[in-house]
Amino acid sequence: MVDFTNEFELLAEAYAVSGGNPLDLRNEQYGLMLVAGNHILGKNEIPGLRIESELFPDGVKARITVAANTKIEKPVHLCFGVIPAEGIQRILADFFIEENAKVSFLAHCTFPNAVKIQHIMEGTIQVGKNSQMEYNETHFHGPRGGVEVLPKMKINVERGGQYSSTFRLIKGAAGVVRLDYEAYLSDESVAELYAKIFGKYKDDIQVKESIYLNGTESRGLVKSRIILADEARAEVLGEVIGKGVNSRGHIDCMEIVQGKKAKASAVPRLQVVEESSKLTHEAAIGSVDKRQVETLMARGLSEQEAVDVIVRGLLK
Amino acid sequence: MLEVKNISLTKDQHQILKNLSLSINPVEIHSILGMNGTGKSTLAYTIMGLPGYVVDEGEILWREQNITGLSIAERAKSGITLAWQEPARFEGLTIREYLKLSQKHTNSTLSIEQCLEKVGLEPQKYLERGLDNTLSGGERKRIELASVLAMQPRLAILDEPDSGIDALSIDYIKNVIRELVRAGAAVLLITHHEEVAAMADHTSALCAGRILKTGTPEEVTRFFRNHCRPCLHINKPLDEVLNNG
Repeated sequence: MVDFTNEFELLAEAYAVSGGNPLDLRNEQYGLMLVAGNHILGKNEIPGLRIESELFPDGVKARITVAANTKIEKPVHLCFGVIPAEGIQRILADFFIEENAKVSFLAHCTFPNAVKIQHIMEGTIQVGKNSQMEYNETHFHGPRGGVEVLPKMKINVERGGQYSSTFRLIKGAAGVVRLDYEAYLSDESVAELYAKIFGKYKDDIQVKESIYLNGTESRGLVKSRIILADEARAEVLGEVIGKGVNSRGHIDCMEIVQGKKAKASAVPRLQVVEESSKLTHEAAIGSVDKRQVETLMARGLSEQEAVDVIVRGLLK
Repeated sequence: MLEVKNISLTKDQHQILKNLSLSINPVEIHSILGMNGTGKSTLAYTIMGLPGYVVDEGEILWREQNITGLSIAERAKSGITLAWQEPARFEGLTIREYLKLSQKHTNSTLSIEQCLEKVGLEPQKYLERGLDNTLSGGERKRIELASVLAMQPRLAILDEPDSGIDALSIDYIKNVIRELVRAGAAVLLITHHEEVAAMADHTSALCAGRILKTGTPEEVTRFFRNHCRPCLHINKPLDEVLNNG
């Protein structure tokens, strides 16, 4: 059960400030693992969900299993954070979603006081036959940046499985981001990888998302929405490889540049190995769409209000 | 109420509006007929004050104030709005949020649900939907009109609200126009549909950036049929057309 320490309170408070509901972290109906630095502050297993963990000097190793034929109705909270200004947090996480299971994870990563923090997340995800997994990771950073976010995941989706992940870093300064997700799809499986990041100041963002459509009639979508202000820079590599018969993949990348010194680049890469595979992409880099701004201004919004509405929508 | 006085506008080295004048009275529907490329949308954008549509000469008076130098937002706050022929789509914005934004600077007496109902869309089906590519062109145009209604403007510029709309939905467009007038607005209506143009109190025929004729819808529609439809010199009106109108 949850260990209500001072750090837990601080983490919950930071979570609340960033828009989350801290009561969710105390709700026994929710599966939960809460890690501050290299301490597990709380863990709550619910029927069908097993969380095995092991401590390292600079982090935690976790093995999270959802039993076959289990449908977990409420989202499982994974809360990671570092309250002090400096530190390293390494999370090694392996997820096993057994056959015919369904689960949704809400991962919150909170670094409210970061000056020099490294958050390393490495893991594997195994989505079993006909199972569904959603993984939504939201970061809440302080205003100064000072965080290196290094998430790296390999996802394997078995026959008929469905996987969807959203990486969201909107509040606070992003810092340095090196996101690297790879998904491997079997027959009739689906993967959707979304990344939504708001870069400010001197944030340095690299997003690499790859989907290997290995299975017959597998489907993949790589979608990124990046907003860059001030002197932030971002490089987005979306990649889809069509190897499966009748597989379908799409890359949709949009980067909005708001600062004169901000820099954006996008490299969509499509590779068709099997002739019946069909892959498409769209990429747009530039300022906010003029027609959208004018439309909202014609309803009385100022230009800045209009831009804010459009940007908020893209990152929603 | 709206006085467009002798405006000329050049864009990309082409003069699009030429010494054009137009008056719209309060609570009046004024329709504009014209072939493609004659300057109808440019006129709409110029009145709305879009960047890039700054007049070379002339002025626009709105409620006796010169608004020629005002921004879109300033014009909108004074009660002018525009429904685009091809309205923008917004990722991550629901129809509810969009309609609410339209009411941000007004004291509208209509609820957003009523606005949707008036364009024939069921609120419970549409309010939480995204204003994005999942909507058909016709649905998006009807939502655009709902947002104009929600704003309760004093002048609504409707740029071909009936294009790309199925015949059955034309009645909803006409209802919205009537509703705007009932609420005290003037409507500048750009249309190719004679049936819709016929709702107007006055109609003007536009060719090559000039108003060729203003009169009742019947008079101008007749003129348009006789002189504009068979016209082979689009954008180069002959003097005799102007003189014999």
